[in-house]
Amino acid sequence: MKPLGKMLIVCILVTTMAVAASGCTTSTTSAKPQLTLATTTSLYDTGLLDYLKPYFEQQYNCTLLITSQGSGAALQVASRGDCGVLAVHSPAAEKAFVANGTGMNRRCFAYNYFVIVGPPSDPAAINGTGAVAAFQKIYQLGTNNTTGVAFVSRGDQSGTHVKEQGIWASAGYNYTTQIEGSGAWYSETGQGMGATLQVANQKQAYTLTDLGTYLAYKGNLTLVPLGVTNDSAMLNVYSAITVYNTKFTTDEIQLANNFVNFMISNSTQQLIGAYGVQQYGQPLFYPMNGNCSKFNCTCTGLATDLVPPTLMTATSTATANATMTGMAATPAVVSATTTKAAT
Amino acid sequence: MNEIVEGIRQAIQLIVSLNPEVLDITARSLYISLSATLVASLIAIPIGGFIHFKQFGGKRGLITIIQALYALPTVLVGLLVWLLLSRSGPFGFLQLLFTPTGMIIGQTVLIVPLMIGMTLIALSGVSQTKQDTVISLGATQLQTVITIVKEARFAILGGVILGFGRAISEVGAAMIIGGNIKGYTRVLTTAIALETSIGDLPLAIALGIILLLIALIVTALLFLVQER
Repeated sequence: MKPLGKMLIVCILVTTMAVAASGCTTSTTSAKPQLTLATTTSLYDTGLLDYLKPYFEQQYNCTLLITSQGSGAALQVASRGDCGVLAVHSPAAEKAFVANGTGMNRRCFAYNYFVIVGPPSDPAAINGTGAVAAFQKIYQLGTNNTTGVAFVSRGDQSGTHVKEQGIWASAGYNYTTQIEGSGAWYSETGQGMGATLQVANQKQAYTLTDLGTYLAYKGNLTLVPLGVTNDSAMLNVYSAITVYNTKFTTDEIQLANNFVNFMISNSTQQLIGAYGVQQYGQPLFYPMNGNCSKFNCTCTGLATDLVPPTLMTATSTATANATMTGMAATPAVVSATTTKAAT
Repeated sequence: MNEIVEGIRQAIQLIVSLNPEVLDITARSLYISLSATLVASLIAIPIGGFIHFKQFGGKRGLITIIQALYALPTVLVGLLVWLLLSRSGPFGFLQLLFTPTGMIIGQTVLIVPLMIGMTLIALSGVSQTKQDTVISLGATQLQTVITIVKEARFAILGGVILGFGRAISEVGAAMIIGGNIKGYTRVLTTAIALETSIGDLPLAIALGIILLLIALIVTALLFLVQER
């Protein structure tokens, strides 16, 4: 009997611990509305979003849950209705996402540049050439099995990977038939930007990265930027998008809109511009500051749509009218305290 | 080599100074995996008992399937539970994807087969002679079951501990279902994966040391239980 009693005590202890722990978790999270943000690894791995998170949570009295994936994966998560808002950098995919009626209120909030980084010895001699010429050189030497010439790709349909595919196309190669699987020189990690930089560093290979992530990781890397920075063809624009799903409540959509508005607000734009300056000597991301005409995107105007404009004509007129009058009557930024808890 | 030594030194410092982030991630890991172990015990032990004490057709086949599922890949469980819990999935209305509760469900699914199997082994370990003796002493069916389960309790507990060990050390399901959200679904294993990829090696090593310590404690418990 005695050991059984002991076992009983152990069971009770375990149960109490679990219950107590669950009490702790729910008491801190369920009181406030929650917003799930699916984001690209570059915005997360550089620490920018964790840095902005408390400002947003304080302003709207809510909990921001950030899950970081590549832009492709983040858009996938969003199209299934598993996050409320997006912060991504894959313009063509974003436009398709919005055109589908799965997203709205797309606002660009920051930019930086893509840059090719590689070993300081630069075995393919791409330093100073443009991105397209650099890719051609790497391809020619790589497929010739030249020692030391290798390229590491994200391989995850992230914004950076999509950009890379675009450069291969500009360089005159068919990505799926000529680049992928064309030899040991080209490898795909399928991981985030930080992890891919580490792999490229280990292999002393070339890779394409956004400048922000590179600067944030520079301390751990021997890779150096090669080729032209500030090249307009290498622009990298980040946007926030409200996700639309018929299963979302208006309050949830409103909170997502609040996040989009938060990202383009003056105070956040200043925070973005200042982020990393002290630690890395230059900003990791440049804010739009309401001036984005040359980026072919929208960075001003509050996010107010509660239903994607593309769906407005398709949905029943009653819903559309209700939404439109609601939009006109209520200010765009409502206090999140009125929104109901997400869970 | 220097990197490793320096990493370990800083890691120990993080643990000794009770770094809040390290403590937070450790507590969350324990909470999620202990909860999953508790739920899985409540499911697996009765099922294991049922399979052991009942005679039915296809019993051998069922046990073989359960044994095959010991090696259930964690990412496959992650994918399956992700599809079920996604807002577009059949249980989307529960809104459990990217939550600790969702992770508990995933880890429960992962370890239930292992724990059913260990319960079966534990119950079969009680000798037939004992069972016959109990029956010959005039025990009812229920009394027989209770006596056998009591005899096997330490071996069953061993299975529970083994299940916990698998739950706390898996990364695939936790990453896919939890989404590795800081302060919410980030656990020891997913944090190690992230910190390694972003190059924060001391934190990754510190969390790794803690995970190893938990594994050590679990093994020690298992040893103590089996000594009985």
